[in-house]
Amino acid sequence: MSDPAIRIENLTRDFGEVRAVDGLSLEVPAGSIFGFLGPNASGKTTTINLLLGLLEPTAGRAEVLGFDTAAQADEIRARTGALLEHDGLYEQMSAQDNLEFYGRIWRMPAAERTERIRDLLARMGVWDRREERVAKWSRGMKQKLALARALLHRPPLVFLDEPTAGLDVVSAAALRDDLAELASREGVTVFLTTHNMAEAEKLCSRVAVIRRGKLLAVGHPDQLRAQTGAPQVEVVGSGFNEKVIDLLRARPEVSSAEVHNGHLLIHLSKDVDTAPLVNLLVNAGVSVEEVRRGKASLEEVFLTLVDEER
Amino acid sequence: MLGDILTVMWKDRKGLFRQRGSRTRALLTMFVPVAMVAIYFPWQMGRDWVDTYWSLIACIIVPMLLVGITIPDAIAGERERHTLPTLLASRLSDRAILFGKLALAIGYGWIATLVVLLLALVTLHIAHWEGQFMFYTPSIILVDVLFSLLMATLVASLGVLFSLRAGTVQEAQQTLMAVVMFPPLVLGVLLTFLIGQVSGIRETISNIVQSVGSTQLVLIVAAFLLLNCLLLLRAAMSGFRRSRLTLL
Repeated sequence: MSDPAIRIENLTRDFGEVRAVDGLSLEVPAGSIFGFLGPNASGKTTTINLLLGLLEPTAGRAEVLGFDTAAQADEIRARTGALLEHDGLYEQMSAQDNLEFYGRIWRMPAAERTERIRDLLARMGVWDRREERVAKWSRGMKQKLALARALLHRPPLVFLDEPTAGLDVVSAAALRDDLAELASREGVTVFLTTHNMAEAEKLCSRVAVIRRGKLLAVGHPDQLRAQTGAPQVEVVGSGFNEKVIDLLRARPEVSSAEVHNGHLLIHLSKDVDTAPLVNLLVNAGVSVEEVRRGKASLEEVFLTLVDEER
Repeated sequence: MLGDILTVMWKDRKGLFRQRGSRTRALLTMFVPVAMVAIYFPWQMGRDWVDTYWSLIACIIVPMLLVGITIPDAIAGERERHTLPTLLASRLSDRAILFGKLALAIGYGWIATLVVLLLALVTLHIAHWEGQFMFYTPSIILVDVLFSLLMATLVASLGVLFSLRAGTVQEAQQTLMAVVMFPPLVLGVLLTFLIGQVSGIRETISNIVQSVGSTQLVLIVAAFLLLNCLLLLRAAMSGFRRSRLTLL
């Protein structure tokens, strides 16, 4: 098995009295898209700054691509790309000049630089507008350009700090598609912070959930669902009245029951056979058209974890 | 390192006149007094402009104004436009970023001063044509070149220090201008006051200047400027820390 791209051991960072990152320990496998999930002010951006060596840890240590973040931060920054909280684009310069600047920073030879800029801008569908000042671009296009900049020098690892924040649904989906395509084509490890669970579910092969700087869970989204997310049953039909809901709630295997958008949602406390519950519904006069078993979404897992911590 | 410095200069040069708002307006506004230095003084001084140290006026005013307008943008501008974190997350070293920004501001102020000195010659020839070509004496041109470089470096080093700590470009500009303008202003007021109140002070100052000699005096001032430049550069280098800039 290859070495992890990131190895974090008991990493801690205080800002005065506030502990932004609290004893964080985890590993990010090389070549994966790793989702780092947490609510606002949970320590996601601070963790990225620590991993890039932009901040010094109060305690603990981390290795990125085998380099120590405290002692070899220059080596880390030389081998990674980043799209941070803000896109970091020079708005009065053209898109091409923005990439040209970073291409020069990464010491890419002129011919390779030109070819790579053309390739990335063409793939993202903005090549025709390369000479426009970035200030004229939409937020979605700017984020695409910032993503292209992060990947320009073909780094083995990129840090993306909420890349789709503030984008409309269509732009966010387009950016996600570009990211997934580029990450798989170039075999890059992606450390992605987000509080968009659907995004994490779609892109990430592994996720970690943090709150107030503490790691709450880490694993494949399915693993987290299995560990944390309670099974649920969705019933399509009619006749869901208060009496039926009360009957369900009285059952020991049912943790909650509610009517949502005309459908009956039954959350189970454990994985049990649903046939007795369906019988109960039919006997209570419910007309059942369809019964679907499902697992909790990553969002529900996230909320459960965050609620437990609270 | 040199390649990285040139890269930072390349980017800053591209953005020099492209920032909308106060800096472009200020830069354009600065061209009026700069043009006045190139026209008014040689017009008034006549041949003295090239034979005495009067041209030092240009070497003080021009870099002070032009560098004073551009250098506050170096770090505070990047911070204000949210481009600093991405730049700090790149492979550029602290010194490459710092020296690239300083070099562009110093180079800009210095070259502009030399251009003003040449333009002043044009004015001089138009206003006071004596039938032969006039040029600064070798010692004067040497002092002018040295002085303008030192002034540009002094203002740039001081400016970058304020820019490192300021939240906005405007804040850095105001602080820099206040600090740069304050000592000459106080000195001028003090001298005027002393000359008016203390009899014989003008003669005393004049005697001191004459006994030291104008060239030696210029060299003493140049050495003083150089020492200040080195101290300020050192302070800027130690003030430029990624962890500190990330926290601001």
